[in-house]
Amino acid sequence: MSDTPSAARPQPGMAAGALARVAVLPVDLALRLLDPPMRWLQRVIGVRRMPYVFLLPNFAFFGLFVFLPIGINIVFSVTGGSALFPSERPYVGANQFAYLFDCGSFLDPASCREDHFWRGVANTAKFVVFQVTAMVLFSLITALVLNMKIRGRGFFRAVYFFPVLLSPVVVALIWKWILQRDGLLNAAITTLGGQKILFFVDPSWAMFWAVFVSVWAHMGFYTLILLAGLQAIPADLYEAAEMDATPRWRVLTRITLPLLWPNMIVVIVLALIKGAQTFDEVFVLTGGGPGTATLMVVQYIYETGFASQVQNFGLAAAASVVLGLVLFVLTLLQFAAARRKEI
Amino acid sequence: MRAVTPVITSLALSLLSATVFGGPAAAETTTLRMAWYSDGNEGEVMADLLKRFHEQNKDIDVVLDQVPYKAVNENLPVQLASGQGPDIARVVDMGGLSRFALDMRPFLKDPGYWESNFGPFLEWMRPAGDTQAIPGFMTQLTVTGPFVNKTLFEQAGVAMPGEKATWEDWAKAVKEVADKVQAPFPLAVDRSGHRFYALAVSQGTKIFGANGEPDVVDEGFKRAAQLVYDWHKSGVMSKELWGSVSGTAYRGANDEFKNAQVVMYLSGSWQIAQFAKTIDNAFDWVAVPNPCGPGGCSSMPGGGALMAFKTTQHPKEVARLMDYLASEPVLAEFCARSLFVPGHLGLAKKGIDYPTASPDAAAALKVFTASAAQVSPLAYRAQGYINSRIIFNAVISRLGQAVSGETTLDDAEKRITADVAQQIAERNKK
Repeated sequence: MSDTPSAARPQPGMAAGALARVAVLPVDLALRLLDPPMRWLQRVIGVRRMPYVFLLPNFAFFGLFVFLPIGINIVFSVTGGSALFPSERPYVGANQFAYLFDCGSFLDPASCREDHFWRGVANTAKFVVFQVTAMVLFSLITALVLNMKIRGRGFFRAVYFFPVLLSPVVVALIWKWILQRDGLLNAAITTLGGQKILFFVDPSWAMFWAVFVSVWAHMGFYTLILLAGLQAIPADLYEAAEMDATPRWRVLTRITLPLLWPNMIVVIVLALIKGAQTFDEVFVLTGGGPGTATLMVVQYIYETGFASQVQNFGLAAAASVVLGLVLFVLTLLQFAAARRKEI
Repeated sequence: MRAVTPVITSLALSLLSATVFGGPAAAETTTLRMAWYSDGNEGEVMADLLKRFHEQNKDIDVVLDQVPYKAVNENLPVQLASGQGPDIARVVDMGGLSRFALDMRPFLKDPGYWESNFGPFLEWMRPAGDTQAIPGFMTQLTVTGPFVNKTLFEQAGVAMPGEKATWEDWAKAVKEVADKVQAPFPLAVDRSGHRFYALAVSQGTKIFGANGEPDVVDEGFKRAAQLVYDWHKSGVMSKELWGSVSGTAYRGANDEFKNAQVVMYLSGSWQIAQFAKTIDNAFDWVAVPNPCGPGGCSSMPGGGALMAFKTTQHPKEVARLMDYLASEPVLAEFCARSLFVPGHLGLAKKGIDYPTASPDAAAALKVFTASAAQVSPLAYRAQGYINSRIIFNAVISRLGQAVSGETTLDDAEKRITADVAQQIAERNKK
């Protein structure tokens, strides 16, 4: 035992503690300043109403940046012309919606007056179906593998999550360099004696790569949700199955998948919403082409509202309202799924 | 708390002293914002000229915002409509932005100088019905025209078609060259409605009907559209430019031309500076006169204009800056260093020396200057038409669909007519 009294020894946490005290000084100061007016307010409105005071800043922020733009968008959707300010735009009622929905057959975009919108709808629907299916499937497989006791598990978890951190534009540019005429993939194909493939000229290839790149970029996020679900499954269920010598396939279909189902629902609904909103990655990767083979609804909205000489804000806003309603339904589905999970 | 007090006090004192001592001096300086896009080195040249202007006019500070070409076309109109735009901008869609134009006449030193030197081009910038306003000047006059990789022709042992050769002659020759030297792009045309009209005007399109309103799809137009469609089918043009993106997206073949993958590239005079710089001695390239058709050999004119906007808070200072930049010696230097054909009648008459131009660039400038003299009045009218970009965008969007195989050419032409009518109606809605 040492003779030195413990109080005299240099304490490793002392410096950190001092630093923390300095760091909280401004917070402490702000709280002291806020204390008297808050006490006064509590006396005036009563304790029961105080939670609303704390919620108010968030509501104001949300209202200003979410509800107000939604309101402005709805106002634009019932006006026409090319003026920017709503007060200068003529009221046209539901004309923009009528123009959008003026179709011979909704299954044939070419029969629609605004065929680009319906081509965008058809492409987005196709994209969502393929992307969500592939996303759920590959995220599930990846999560199942990463949940196993394999060597370098932490490293692989990081690797699969890494693309999620990249900006969609960066993701698209990386893949564009790989896939273009003189890109890495064609260099590999020609080295192996094959012919160059013009991926962005063929509609099927363009859609395939749009889906592939999207799955590659976002899979890590959904894998993480499923991994969390897998880790929440009680281990004793697997132990019991092992004691009963249950085959692996049966364990997967009778224990893992049913218990993972609530997480799967969340993944499906989130991927659906994200898929319906797709724009930046596909726009940078394929430009919506060839022709309009990968033109998505959001790209249509952007081009109608901003890229044409007559910036048709009214029509773009009407298309946004339609897309917003679809997303609203999908969000309700997500809420329902989340509630079911809680139950 | 005691530690905080001196800091706050010193901050307050600094602010007070800045207001007292720095205030009047700062108030005397006017800051102007200029939005600028570049094709070549002209941004550097403009920055240099602005620096010189500031040395002579200490009370005016000009902030040069160098932005992408796309931003000038898409973001600038919204900025201007909201009253948040720059004071001056270099633009190409002069007709579309004319409603925001500032008539600088009351503030200019000598409006007569502007009228006599920029007269024909001022019409492009004036709002509909206005025949007097002076909103800006052309930073350069451009003409569309083809660049040819001469080395590829020599390697293939194919003779280059002569001066009055037709589009069909050129298409046949460049395909032969490309087949022999394995070049992936026999003929590349910018994915732009403006460039398409270099072909369409030479095929005899009239663009406007008897009533002066657009009548886009006529016989000349159909001939041009059929040529583009057939060239994509026969491999004269690769689908990578016109067929690989959607809507109104612009696609050029600059990089492909620089990499010797293109035999003939229909673009325009604005490419000279960057080709001279990037190709250097890698291969021989030449500009050739616009190919001919039943409607003649006219190119499409165009160019960038420096326009002042009425949302500016400093019209006098804007006019002082514009007077300086539009003055003959300054504009001559700007064009000489940027390798631009001047949109200034006096300079065009005198001619400009391009001391920094390589032999290839000097020869190209000569060809484009000669082409500018042959531009048809119809081509000038089309370029100056207020709804020209509506037509150009509809054409490129719909022909792109036909080229990619998504629609027939006939359907594309019907859609072009409908799109143009719908957009003009939307613009006219009050």
